[in-house]
Amino acid sequence: MSIFINETTRIIVQGFTGKIGTFHAQDMINYGSKVVGGITPGKGGQTHLGLPVFNTVKEAVQQVGAEASIIFVPPAFAADSIMEAADAGIKFCVAITDGIPTQDMMKVKNFLRRFPKEQRMILTGPNCAGTISPGRAMLGIMPGHIYMQGNVGIVGRSGTLGYEAADQMKRLGIGISTSVGIGGDPINGSSHRDILEKFEQDTETKVVLMIGEIGGPQEVEAGIFAKARMTKPLVAYIAGLTAPEGRRMGHAGAIISSAGESAAEKVAMLKELGVTICPTPAAMGATVAEVLAGI
Amino acid sequence: MDIHEYQAKDILSGYGIKIAEGGLAYSPEDAVQRAREIGGHLWAVKAQIHSGARGKAGGIKICKTHDEVEAAADYLLGKRLITHQTGPAGKVCSRLYIEAGTDIAKELYFCFLVDRGSERIVMVGSAQGGMEIEELAVNNPEAIIKIYIEPAVGLQDYQAREMAFALGFDAELLSHAVKTIKGCYRALRALDAGMLEINPLVVTKSGELVALDAKMGFDDNALFRQQKISELRDKTQEDPREMAAADRGLSYVGLEGDIGCMINGAGLAMATMDMIKLAGGEPANFLDVGGGASAERTEKAFRLVLADKGVKAMLVNIFAGINRCDWIAEGVVQAVRKIDMKVPLIVRLSGTNVEEGRRIIAESGLSIITAETLAEAAEKAVRARNEVVAKEAVREI
Repeated sequence: MSIFINETTRIIVQGFTGKIGTFHAQDMINYGSKVVGGITPGKGGQTHLGLPVFNTVKEAVQQVGAEASIIFVPPAFAADSIMEAADAGIKFCVAITDGIPTQDMMKVKNFLRRFPKEQRMILTGPNCAGTISPGRAMLGIMPGHIYMQGNVGIVGRSGTLGYEAADQMKRLGIGISTSVGIGGDPINGSSHRDILEKFEQDTETKVVLMIGEIGGPQEVEAGIFAKARMTKPLVAYIAGLTAPEGRRMGHAGAIISSAGESAAEKVAMLKELGVTICPTPAAMGATVAEVLAGI
Repeated sequence: MDIHEYQAKDILSGYGIKIAEGGLAYSPEDAVQRAREIGGHLWAVKAQIHSGARGKAGGIKICKTHDEVEAAADYLLGKRLITHQTGPAGKVCSRLYIEAGTDIAKELYFCFLVDRGSERIVMVGSAQGGMEIEELAVNNPEAIIKIYIEPAVGLQDYQAREMAFALGFDAELLSHAVKTIKGCYRALRALDAGMLEINPLVVTKSGELVALDAKMGFDDNALFRQQKISELRDKTQEDPREMAAADRGLSYVGLEGDIGCMINGAGLAMATMDMIKLAGGEPANFLDVGGGASAERTEKAFRLVLADKGVKAMLVNIFAGINRCDWIAEGVVQAVRKIDMKVPLIVRLSGTNVEEGRRIIAESGLSIITAETLAEAAEKAVRARNEVVAKEAVREI
């Protein structure tokens, strides 16, 4: 098992015919993901990369049974695309787009909450690298070849730091069940905690690595959840020890704006909650290996 | 993006919030002229810098005569003010706001914030105004009132009334308070602000409700649809290196250390800086070159990092996903050849086409120190930096 996606998941690309959409759609197909088409309003009926283009997500759901979508739509229109996917019955959506206004994301979250939980689309991102279940399917922009299949779940905000973790693990012969990017924005579709819930239910996942950073309350909330409800061990690394207060470190959400949001404070709170902390970012693989050996 | 007090007040007055009469001055003569126009016998001369806590830093002078206004303006213009929000470098004041003095009966704290945790808008108030909310949160958290607003339906009248009563307004001022609160909310939503703070919001002795200070911060991601707000940007209040970086599509934050960094991805950048610190060094900057790091972009990034004359060594850490290590390596080699680099360079490449990338570096004939892992890269950078510092010390003797 894996979470969210596997080799049978029927994937569509929103923003399919654009330069970025085209490049990554091809990359996902090459990886073995079951891409069944894409959306570009006004280009419905055309064929792109040998696959059908639709005007609306609804048509793609009806005609090719789309279940998951990935969004490459520019920031000004991305929130609209996310809501269109949710309304059409897409189950899992990855928003890659960086730069969506915060108030738009607030609107999206409100929109999603109107659906009963069992019908509600799961959104990850925006501003993320996507999700990969190694050996099965890739719904993202990551280099697929660095991920080895296995039984560690990864959830993280950052793209390249997630690659670093996967690479460290691969060097130690440790594989990954699914790696989920939740993105670097202050308001995102799924929190660390939301993803931990899924990993806890997944029979294949034995250990979870959470890669967090400065800013916001999500890492500590995930730690509280892990302590109360998780049977699987949680390992964490929090980036940003050297980040000064009040300065945005690249990601829109990576800013220390109130008490408890610095890396040192998050680490202290997570330790208290029984989470195993990676002492350095170079030791993510080794720390996971130790925890795996102890099971 | 932040704006000045006078700009925020101008915006808020358009939303029905009462402000004291005032005007902008760029010179002591201007300041006196503004004071004459305003009239009366009491003025506040206020330094316009992008920071709170200006009062404590000596940035606000209360004046009783035109001579005092002139002296205060002369003192403040061009002065570097240091507050806990500006950091040790401080911010230079180049504009003043001259405002009519206000007879204060009562000071309150009031703000709206986009709250990440609840993914809603929170309205915060306290009857103990004038103080900084951070201090109040520590010393007297019960004195802070928080009301959460569902963004889909917006601020309701009852919520504005609840806040007004909690702040101690009587029936006489109630409708004015509700109007002020609702005006602030409309401004926040219409203009894509992430923060709107009035501290203090005062009740005057003549029974009026006036915003004595105002601060607004805007969502950078929404500036594309807020043309008028974008035009309020004051580049003199921002770090020139950060501005230069932003203009080139790079994300840069200058820090106090001396090991320059160029990394792809914000998370990996923060982690690499952590690793430098854990290895005993201090990073000079945060720099995310982003996904498509072309040779041109790499050269720009190098120039930016090395523009900081305090840099004693430079570390490049790239995990190529969409990127390819051979492209990055070529960019690095080109940049080093073009720029006469005086400090040691440590390069760590990983990911797509890594062997090819390493070969290009090795065959370039340049004295580039290479590393395979993150830990090795940080250790080598710190060692190289220490050697440079040691050599400099010998030269000085």
